Amino acid sequence: MAVISYRDALNQALDEEMTRDDSVLLMGEEVAQYNGAYKVSRGLWDKYGDKRVIDTPITEEGFTGIGVGAAIAGLRPVVEWMTFNFSIQALDQIVNNAAKMRHMSGGQLKVPIVFRGANGPAEYLSSQHSQALATYYAHVPGLKVVAAATPYDAKGLLKSAIRDDNPVVMMEAELLYGIEGEVPKDEYLVPIGQADIKRPGDEVTIISFGKVVHKALDAAKQLENEGISAEVIDLRSLRPLDEEAIIKSVQKTNRCVIVDESWPVCSFGSYVSHIVAHNCFDVLDAQVELISSIDVPMPYNHTLELAVQPSVKKIVRAAKKVLYIED
Amino acid sequence: MAQTPDVKKYDKKFLIGLLEQMALIRRFEEKAAQQYGLRKIGGFCHIYIGQEAVATGAVSAVDLAKDYVLTAYRDHGHALAVGMDPKSVMAELYGKKTGCSRAKGGSMHMFDASKNFLGGNGIVGAHIPVSTGVGLKIKYREEDGVVLCFFGDGAIHQGSFHESLNMAGVWKLPVVYICENNQYGMGTDYRRVSAEPDLWKLAGSYKMPGTFADGMNALDVHEKVKTAVERARSDSQPSLIEARTYRYMGHSMSDPAKYRTKEELMEQKEQDPIIILQKQMNEADMLTDDEYKEIDDKAKETVKEAIDFAENSEEPEIDSLYEDVLA
Ligand SMILES: Cc1ncc(C[n+]2csc(CCOP(=O)(O)OP(=O)(O)O)c2C)c(N)n1
Repeated sequence: MAVISYRDALNQALDEEMTRDDSVLLMGEEVAQYNGAYKVSRGLWDKYGDKRVIDTPITEEGFTGIGVGAAIAGLRPVVEWMTFNFSIQALDQIVNNAAKMRHMSGGQLKVPIVFRGANGPAEYLSSQHSQALATYYAHVPGLKVVAAATPYDAKGLLKSAIRDDNPVVMMEAELLYGIEGEVPKDEYLVPIGQADIKRPGDEVTIISFGKVVHKALDAAKQLENEGISAEVIDLRSLRPLDEEAIIKSVQKTNRCVIVDESWPVCSFGSYVSHIVAHNCFDVLDAQVELISSIDVPMPYNHTLELAVQPSVKKIVRAAKKVLYIED
Repeated sequence: MAQTPDVKKYDKKFLIGLLEQMALIRRFEEKAAQQYGLRKIGGFCHIYIGQEAVATGAVSAVDLAKDYVLTAYRDHGHALAVGMDPKSVMAELYGKKTGCSRAKGGSMHMFDASKNFLGGNGIVGAHIPVSTGVGLKIKYREEDGVVLCFFGDGAIHQGSFHESLNMAGVWKLPVVYICENNQYGMGTDYRRVSAEPDLWKLAGSYKMPGTFADGMNALDVHEKVKTAVERARSDSQPSLIEARTYRYMGHSMSDPAKYRTKEELMEQKEQDPIIILQKQMNEADMLTDDEYKEIDDKAKETVKEAIDFAENSEEPEIDSLYEDVLA
């Protein structure tokens, strides 16, 4: 299998889907002539031209709404938000239009659109540019929400998202674009709504999604060195959520740590914690632990910003806590 | 191009002041770029070199005891132009606790409330309504102040710009909107995304005066802003000024700026704002080469002191994370 970067995996997905279906187009700030702020769309403008790879002005609400209009009219737009931090300007279009139009029209309309871009903390950017917004989108019925941790998942999920007849919010991450991984040559899809066991184990379940899956895996490795077997579940899809995978794993390990970059209050992680508490009450040997961002806006200083985020150390400590090895 | 104001009608001290500030910004930014290269500064770092005439020309037309300044993320120049201590600006870039925003803000979020400098904002266009709100306060309290709101050509397409100008027009708020048209929003030539390429003409839609200024000429900017400020102060009338300027470096430190030619850059550098003023003063026998050298040496020395200060300042304590979140 070829080893390619996460950004190239996304690029391949876009390229393949644009070749396959001429209703697919890409739009956003700097996606065409500049090849994308994070170079995800490299080469696509050269190949498909102005008509299908469209540079927009900086008007998140405007171009997000334009994408929604194009989708209900029969195209399959992929709207790139340079980062999710700016997508908040487009929330009205996403929540009130993309997510609701099918419902409000009594099923007459479909909204086959993909919103994608970098979500979550980056480095040295302070609070407006470094925040995990998964919870905002996962909250909204009418949207599908996915997050890919690996190049394999990134390509397969994006292809599924483009073919889906619903609005799909796909979360990537600035710090993931460069990571490499195996991606098959032949076409494949990763279904939306299916979690993945990234590492099997039987003493504690660590549940996460997106970029922090890698921290969960590093923590599991460290735990293994200490003789503890941890299972790492990558949700991949927040909405719909693969509750069965979560429940099955916790029934096996009886212990659960959730890792979510969001702030803790009303977060997606806290919802997963509810799912576990509700469905696994009888088998749990310890209370569920939730590792989130600390409940503050992200500071600029690097030491402080690292202290805010989930870390391998925090995950290991939480795993030991539910195993009653540490408190 | 605009008619160049005659230097002879200005007080020499005033002109020297402009030169000092432009030299300080230039030297500060050169050093900031260098220290970024050495990884002393992190995150996005947007350098202001080339645009010095806009901040200095404009800010010299207001009185910061009663007037206010707000700007976007390319804010080091404005911070220095309002008279912030270069030490606190550099320390903020370093993420030290002595920084103006106590290491929480970094490059894009400079603030100095004591100088009525209310940011530094990382979201394109987001500070335009905020600036308008400061204007509302001035009017509400029947104060004598005026707001200078700086933003780029990219921000002018945001809904926030249009909404703000309409309300400022209807409510007659004392805000001077200054579009620093450095001709690119990241990699996008403004002509590609602006239906009306004469940006100052957008003022017409909101029934306010719109003016073009030569953003490479500090005196032209000064005059145009002065007129607008007087109008705002006496009649509470907003204005829009397009200052046509140019940034010498890429959009940020990670941008090689391949979307423009070397020739274009060389041509623009011949319009250097510092050299223009220096030459005008030379020709009018108001400045000798030695005098200029003294100004420049002083700027270098000030920047060196700022670097030393930042280098020797302490990192913030981890517990400071929890500070500044709520009052
Ligand atoms: C709402 C929003 N969208 C996108 C961005 C990413 N971004 C940062 S700067 C920039 C270009 C802005 O250009 P302009 O307003 O002309 O200012 P300049 O950089 O030229 O000073 C973009 C797209 C952002 N910070 N905020």
